[in-house]
Amino acid sequence: MDWAAIFSLQIVGAIATLVLLSIGLAVVFGMMKIINLAHGEFMMLGGYVAVLATHHWHVPIWISILVLAPLTVGLFGMLVERLLIRHLYGRMIDTMLATWGLSLGLTGAATMLFGNTTVGISSPLPGITLGAYQTSGYGLFVIAVAVAVLLGLWALLRFTQFGLCARATMQNAKMAAALGANPGRIYSLTFGLGAALAGLGGAVLAPLTGVIPTLGASYIAKAFITVIGGGSAVITGTLSAAGAFGVISQVVTFFSTPVFGEVALLLAAIVLIRVLPQGITGRFFRRAF
Amino acid sequence: MPVAFRDLLPVLGCVLAAVLVGVLPQWLDLFTLLSLTIYLVMALLALSLAFIWGFGGILCFGQAAFFGLGAYAYAIGVLNIGDSTWPVLLAIAVPALFAAAMGYFMFYGGISDVYLGVITLAVTLILFNVMNSTSGSEYHIGSALLGGFNGIPAIPTLNVPFDPQRVLEPETLFQVIGGALILCYLGLRGLLASRFGKVVVAIRENEQRAGLLGYDTRLHKLIVFSLGGGIAGLAGCLFANWGAFVSPGVFGLAQSAQIIIWVIVGGRGTLFGPILACIGLQALMARLGEQQTVDSGLVLGAILLTFVMLLPRGLLPSLGALASRLFKRRPAPSPVVPPESVV
Amino acid sequence: MSVLLQTQGLGVSFGGVHAVKAVDFTLHSGELRCLIGPNGAGKSTFFKLLSGQLKPTHGTCHFQARRISGLPPHRIARMGIGIKTQTPSVFDGLDVFENLRLAASRTQSADQARQSAEHTLRRIDLAEYRHRLVGDLAHGQRQWVELGMILASRPTLVLLDEPAAGMTYQEVRKTAELIKEINAHSTVVVVEHDMEFIRLIAGTVTVFNQGAILAQGSFAEVTQDPLVREAYLGKQEIKHA
Repeated sequence: MDWAAIFSLQIVGAIATLVLLSIGLAVVFGMMKIINLAHGEFMMLGGYVAVLATHHWHVPIWISILVLAPLTVGLFGMLVERLLIRHLYGRMIDTMLATWGLSLGLTGAATMLFGNTTVGISSPLPGITLGAYQTSGYGLFVIAVAVAVLLGLWALLRFTQFGLCARATMQNAKMAAALGANPGRIYSLTFGLGAALAGLGGAVLAPLTGVIPTLGASYIAKAFITVIGGGSAVITGTLSAAGAFGVISQVVTFFSTPVFGEVALLLAAIVLIRVLPQGITGRFFRRAF
Repeated sequence: MPVAFRDLLPVLGCVLAAVLVGVLPQWLDLFTLLSLTIYLVMALLALSLAFIWGFGGILCFGQAAFFGLGAYAYAIGVLNIGDSTWPVLLAIAVPALFAAAMGYFMFYGGISDVYLGVITLAVTLILFNVMNSTSGSEYHIGSALLGGFNGIPAIPTLNVPFDPQRVLEPETLFQVIGGALILCYLGLRGLLASRFGKVVVAIRENEQRAGLLGYDTRLHKLIVFSLGGGIAGLAGCLFANWGAFVSPGVFGLAQSAQIIIWVIVGGRGTLFGPILACIGLQALMARLGEQQTVDSGLVLGAILLTFVMLLPRGLLPSLGALASRLFKRRPAPSPVVPPESVV
Repeated sequence: MSVLLQTQGLGVSFGGVHAVKAVDFTLHSGELRCLIGPNGAGKSTFFKLLSGQLKPTHGTCHFQARRISGLPPHRIARMGIGIKTQTPSVFDGLDVFENLRLAASRTQSADQARQSAEHTLRRIDLAEYRHRLVGDLAHGQRQWVELGMILASRPTLVLLDEPAAGMTYQEVRKTAELIKEINAHSTVVVVEHDMEFIRLIAGTVTVFNQGAILAQGSFAEVTQDPLVREAYLGKQEIKHA
């Protein structure tokens, strides 16, 4: 019984990690139809903000992770949108390539600033015992943040003015503009939101993985695959793809090794895209966001 | 039909290149020769993507997969057989067949654009992960230990066909590699000038219209993709020969990334541009690697950004457009990437 | 006259929407047939069913007694059917001559294809643009290149979706001439909105409404049919030019 609880917790944890990893990219892809390949580096920056704020400026860890990191990276994202993305609207492949150049540049800059070693923050939560099994309390925190992020995003899109304008622009930018929404500002805020979510994800996951300039490279592939697999609906897409991939990779990992878990996730993604070329929400849950 | 100077240029260029390849080993010191050798190997890899992406319109994020398969196929083959002749053919055939299988899966399933990118990316990651975890003596093919993340060391290098005792010297290896590059280039140029090649370019321009004219677009893309895979595999085989070593890094994301950058900088729609860009960028990265002030990744990223934003057509086509505007006073060409088989 | 194309109960539904209900349609060799109807009548959808761009959910379509419904577009094209889509689908990055030559190359040898391209270039009156990239041409000229591509490939049946869309009056007249020339050697089906254009090319007219055939006959018969008038205009009179 306890074993089942721990196992389920691990699956939910894997799903939550995938969600936090991809939600920033999903926001930008779902709303602006562009792929930001610097997403991994935004996460890396969030991680560094969390580490620096906690260790060097003595900011309480919860504030650095939950407030400072997303805020800083969000503002940085808005800057990137203004300088770079704005000039490449509608050109998906070119945006991918340009943001990829940005990603290489940011990794290089981070290496120059911080060196090639991993820095870490210690996990601020103790382990939890469930019967005969131990699990990390921080893992529960990750799940909690993922849930909060999804609910918060849903509320933002559903109930706020910004959310309404963003959804309208998502569906038909020209029409939304004709009705008074300012697409330039919407895109700027949207990209900033995506960056902030990436920064949050990177900061939240930092105690688990440590932070190193090449961290982005290890995140981007999974994020990219999850977002495309999910389709263009932001919340339902990310959740359904993360759910499918999370379950598959954890179950396979349990029966063999983590490497096979990875491979299973990748194979699942290939099959998924072949069968549902528009992603999960291209076929199911079409009217969701 | 009168032959234009423009059409003769590539042939003349190849003759010049062949002469250089034959003569350079006597003039250069060993270190420079070895550096030049690896540049040429990578140029062959760049050529493969220049063909399938620049002309075929297939953006493959995992060209390194075929590169790696070729390298490993050669290594495993030569360690088992002892003579390098058949393993070289294996190094071309295995990736080509793998590409054909992937191509069938993707093109006949109607997958294209970014979704194709995702699948090719996933495949190269799968190969990386799998090969990375094959450490231990239980992982072997025949007498070749796969080696996991440590890779396969001490790979026997090319010998004179069917004569395993006469292994090629570095100078001869350079000439063989240079020769392979020139032959592949000429072969692809010829293919692109043929009817098949023109249809491939038309498919890149407008796949729907090509289909409505009756051309089987899926088959054309499949053939292009498989051919590109085979050439990348050959490059992999030569890579394994250059270092006498292969590791899972050949499947890495960073490797695939570099190839794409070479093609962007060199230009989509030319075969020679990416070759030039590849050699140039590799030489640049080598110089940058020697100093500590600026990170080489930062420079590469800046170059990529600059080209995508300011010179989207790449180096050679942009230079060509500039030249034609200066010398012929024709109206400026459209921003669409034309399939100029210039060089 | 022999039957060239025939559909039986052909139709397609999207979710609960029956865009095209069960349509029985017969086309004879040598005809110049026009498909008209108000917006949303299903004529363009029916066209896409014929060209293979859409797969039918029910019914069949036969060309020269061979079943073509459900085949991919390139197989249908190979049977001798030339298709012009609603928005011009041409090779923008290639020049005019290359576009035409590619169209001819599939069924003719290299030399024949070149000759066909030259011939067609003159017929569509774009000889001075032969080296111009099609993407740089005006909208009307791009439509003519597309028509030229169809001409150059010498099909048995030609399907044209709104060939006169977005054209000036002069261009419309020239397009009508081109289509009549095409009709000299091929059977033609045209989907159109422009009544003036239909009048110029005459032939038999089939009227669609709400996914089914409402009426069929000559231009005069059809425009005087009260059912057709009602479908287009409510219960108002059509003004004769």
